[in-house]
Amino acid sequence: MSTNTDATTGIPAQRGGDDKPRRPGKEQRFADGGGVLNVFSHGFLALWALLIIGPLIWIVLGSFKNNTEIGSSAWSWPSHWSFDAFGRAWQKGIGDFFVNTLIVLAGSLTLTMLLGAMAAYVLARYEFRGNRVIYYFFVAGAMFPVYLALVPLFFMVKNLGDVIPWLGLNQYVGLILVYTAYSLPFTVFFLYSFFRSLPSAVHEAAMIDGCSHSRAFFQVMVPMAKSGLISVFIFNVLGQWNQYLLPLTLMQQQSGSDPDHSMLAQGLMNLAQQSGYASDFPGLFAGMTIAMLPVLVVYLSFQRQVQAGLTSATLK
Amino acid sequence: MRHRKYPFIFGFLVVPVVLYIALVIWPYLQTFGYSLTDWSGASPEMNFIGLDNYTKLFKDSVFLGALQHNLLLLIVLPLATILLALFFAFMLNVGGRSGTGGVQGVRGSAFYKVVFFFPQVLSVAILSVLFQGVYRTDEGGLLNGVLSKIGIVDPAHPWQWLADPDFGLWCIMGVLIWSGVGFYLVLFSAAMQSIPKDIYEAALLDGAKRGTTFFKITLPLLWETIQTAWVYLAIAAMDAFALVSTMTPGAYYGGGPDHHSEIMATLLMRNFITFGKAGYACAMGVVIFFITMVLSVVSLRVTRREKIEF
Repeated sequence: MSTNTDATTGIPAQRGGDDKPRRPGKEQRFADGGGVLNVFSHGFLALWALLIIGPLIWIVLGSFKNNTEIGSSAWSWPSHWSFDAFGRAWQKGIGDFFVNTLIVLAGSLTLTMLLGAMAAYVLARYEFRGNRVIYYFFVAGAMFPVYLALVPLFFMVKNLGDVIPWLGLNQYVGLILVYTAYSLPFTVFFLYSFFRSLPSAVHEAAMIDGCSHSRAFFQVMVPMAKSGLISVFIFNVLGQWNQYLLPLTLMQQQSGSDPDHSMLAQGLMNLAQQSGYASDFPGLFAGMTIAMLPVLVVYLSFQRQVQAGLTSATLK
Repeated sequence: MRHRKYPFIFGFLVVPVVLYIALVIWPYLQTFGYSLTDWSGASPEMNFIGLDNYTKLFKDSVFLGALQHNLLLLIVLPLATILLALFFAFMLNVGGRSGTGGVQGVRGSAFYKVVFFFPQVLSVAILSVLFQGVYRTDEGGLLNGVLSKIGIVDPAHPWQWLADPDFGLWCIMGVLIWSGVGFYLVLFSAAMQSIPKDIYEAALLDGAKRGTTFFKITLPLLWETIQTAWVYLAIAAMDAFALVSTMTPGAYYGGGPDHHSEIMATLLMRNFITFGKAGYACAMGVVIFFITMVLSVVSLRVTRREKIEF
């Protein structure tokens, strides 16, 4: 009998812990059995948490050290706390990289959500010839690695720029369109199943009341699909924020007079290489700290939505 | 109402489809075409050379090495990440003391989830620079510093980490696992919590033990989630470009020392941008495409099980 009761510790925690154990004697034994496991699991979890937080704190500390302190020992403590390194990092354009990234993301996320939702809605809710073909077309694109398209894409954007300058290489609009196009497959795939799962009664009622198709979409279906839209939005924010290969290929300065439109990831890498040559490690660490802080703040304020949104986006 | 349907469908679909075809599908198709030419990328001239690029590719020892490294990543990365994430998810959900409310998750499980997940939102550039610091080959590197403090590493001969030919690729894997576990932990944790409690109660009434419930109930019901995770991690393993190209030694997109951490993506970029062999680079792109496709299909087929609704 006692083995049976011990086995209850194998139940994963549920959101509502509403079932009360019936006999207090058993309850005591649960606590003993859970105690060992509890110490064990806390140990491992704390160790991993330390592995995550440790390096991050080390970087922040590093931005207050000087070059010799960084080079001599990992355990050195900053001898005097100054914000010089932050000033130097900022001068190297971290702020500009941020602004560049925000401009591109504002455009590409708006476009991705708008176009993705429109396409997914029509494909999910209307029957017409070629519906399946277009849907599978989009789904297939979600599986291919971006390298496959990289070489022709580079020349396409380059040639486009010769005809229409603001669509070319090192142009915000060009990159916005590329980001959007490469985010569409997953967005359409995800929102398609979401729109399918919504009840059709509300939509039908709106149509009977004389609502137009597009008005039904924007005023009835979009508000109903809000939770799905938020999930896929967060997924896209992270995906595009972390892009490295596309800006590396498409956002190179074309000439000396061309303004630097580097995205943050790309700019930081350049900064890292420059710091390697000029050996300004505190400046580099300070740049990293500056780049991490806004992400940390946004993440901590929205962590519940981020986690829920990302997991539901992946599980679809 | 009915007569306005087609203009509406067309109006909603035309922009996304045109954009998608122009910037995604068309370049993909062009890659196949270019892979059959000796195009340099710099000039518009090119000659059709059939499958020469492919035969050259499979005699190229650097490419074959890169392919092996990608396959190693493909096996180790999903396995390690999923096992760790499952382990932590299990710890988070059943590791707590059992009080009056039955078995609880550990205290502070929300805190752990927030911390573990954080690397996921860091830009890959930050990861790269951060771990270049961690893996520094002198006393100033975090790992060498910590290990020599506890006496594992001799301060006179610190470990070479990324610069070590046999170890560089594993260092990259460490970063990928470090940053990936949190996401899959949250994923598995969410899936575990959606398993109805009645199933466990029924099993326990029949005399099942803790290990049995994990292997016979939790794991099968998580199977679909694990499958999804596997596919995502496989795609990540075929990528890894940003980290390898910036962290490993070697001029032009890393891959060193002496191609010991070379992966297909870095080789592709070097051939395309640095060596001006666009046709050859396209052939590599096609190979990567086929590997990814075959792997996704195979892994979905092999691991397919009957779907359990609950």
